[in-house]
Amino acid sequence: MRNAASILEVRKSRQRPETGPKAVIEVEDLITHYGDRKILKGVSMQVLENEIMVIMGGSGSGKSTLLRHLMALEEKTSGTMRILDKDIDQITRQEFLEVRKKLGVAFQSGALFSSMTVGENIMLPLYEHTKLDAMTMEIMARMKLEVVELSGFENLMPSELSGGMIKRAAFARAIIMDPKVLFCDEPSAGLDPVVASALDDLILDMRDAMGMSIVVVTHELDSAFKIADRITILDRGEILMIGTVEEVLASKSDRVQALLNRTPEENTMDPEDYLRILVGEPNSGTAHL
Amino acid sequence: MAEQKLSAVQRVEGVGRAAVSFVESVGNGGILVAESFYWLLFGIRERQPVRLGAVIQQMMEIGVAAVPIILMLTGTIGIMLAIQGIHTLRIFGAESRVTIGIAFSVVREFAPLITGILVAGRSGSALAARIGTMKINQEIDALKVMGINPTRFLVVPALVAMMVMVPALTLLGMFMGLFCAGLYVNADLGISLAAYTNDTIDILALDDLGHGLGKSCIFAVLIAVIGVVNGAGVQGGAEGVGKATTRSVVQAISAIIITDMLFAFVATR
Repeated sequence: MRNAASILEVRKSRQRPETGPKAVIEVEDLITHYGDRKILKGVSMQVLENEIMVIMGGSGSGKSTLLRHLMALEEKTSGTMRILDKDIDQITRQEFLEVRKKLGVAFQSGALFSSMTVGENIMLPLYEHTKLDAMTMEIMARMKLEVVELSGFENLMPSELSGGMIKRAAFARAIIMDPKVLFCDEPSAGLDPVVASALDDLILDMRDAMGMSIVVVTHELDSAFKIADRITILDRGEILMIGTVEEVLASKSDRVQALLNRTPEENTMDPEDYLRILVGEPNSGTAHL
Repeated sequence: MAEQKLSAVQRVEGVGRAAVSFVESVGNGGILVAESFYWLLFGIRERQPVRLGAVIQQMMEIGVAAVPIILMLTGTIGIMLAIQGIHTLRIFGAESRVTIGIAFSVVREFAPLITGILVAGRSGSALAARIGTMKINQEIDALKVMGINPTRFLVVPALVAMMVMVPALTLLGMFMGLFCAGLYVNADLGISLAAYTNDTIDILALDDLGHGLGKSCIFAVLIAVIGVVNGAGVQGGAEGVGKATTRSVVQAISAIIITDMLFAFVATR
């Protein structure tokens, strides 16, 4: 792991001016269960305009569940959530759809549709939500492919791309509607360090050039320290701390330090919960679409 | 003794779980059908219309690509019915009346049944595999986040295509089955094709055609819903997709045969 001094040195060179404190996502006392298991235990956080918020935590800390809630993909047990100034429990289906159009997601696997070309994948949101003609959509798709440095790949099938290219194509699809908030699930997972670093640069460019707020879930410390404006650290469904990279590095909390130093923790999981996970029940895998 | 009791309790518990799972699947299927018809009828109002291109693409995959196998198998069934019919009626010296049995059997029973089973094996399994793979690859989540309703985008085109193409294939199968049976009757009994055709037209009423096509519409809905429900319930990666695919074929064929029996019972009494 890089030491704190070297991380701070790199970050000083890319210090951004202070932005306004307006929140694009506000979560208050979010509690969620899978069956009997409590996954998130009263999470409260904000994602501010034009910031990169990194969510970190060990396996089973609830970070992926939190991300799914932020993307409004999961039903919560209790708590409130506002996305782009809309309380998602109080809005109509049409308003909810309008909110969704302003969100972009780059999933860990890319989640490109295997039956469509890269270009068709990227144009899909335009095709579904706008009345643009085919030529304009193709131009826009080519422009986004250029942003992610995949020019000329629009006619290939996803199966013909490498892992890094799939993630880039997924970014292009995520930003095709110029979203206000971009979610990235483990963007550098499974990639070699060079490609991972290039993706980090791409995320920073998206914030700076397009003014997006970006939420990144990752357990790659180097990547998190490179891109984060603020970091939320989750542990067993609770927020350990929210702060800047400097604040996280300076934290005296044993649990934060254990995460930063990759020190294995004693297993405190309830054996019954462990068995339930092993047999795959209960979880969110339902037969609903 | 205690072990035996425990085992009995576990068995009862297993039956209970299976019953709950069955009811849940039926409920999910019902919701899916209702939701599909909602999007089909009100999709335009919701600014998410069902795309004709997607329906046509599904119709090509479900229907047009299945034409050769449907023709081959319904033709074979027609010949088989003619062989068995002539063999049976020869006992009474009434083999010339074989047309009656062939006409009713092919139009009311075998064409819809064979078509349903074939489509379940070809397209129902493909639908389950496609949706299951999309689920584990997070493609369904991607659709949701993009503001695209997965039922409207994935299920409705397949359902509509099934409801159009399964009856169309059944009709084709009826003609092929009757035609091939006529060829055999002509070769075995020397009844001309023209006479066979006239007999068949005289015997069959519109009601018989409606019986066969009505059944095939129900089979179409069953195949689509069972495929989607199994695909959407996939857990555990590629192995889960394989299991869901197999399950969807077994369930769809079972549902088709049971429905066929119930339909025949209700419609012929």
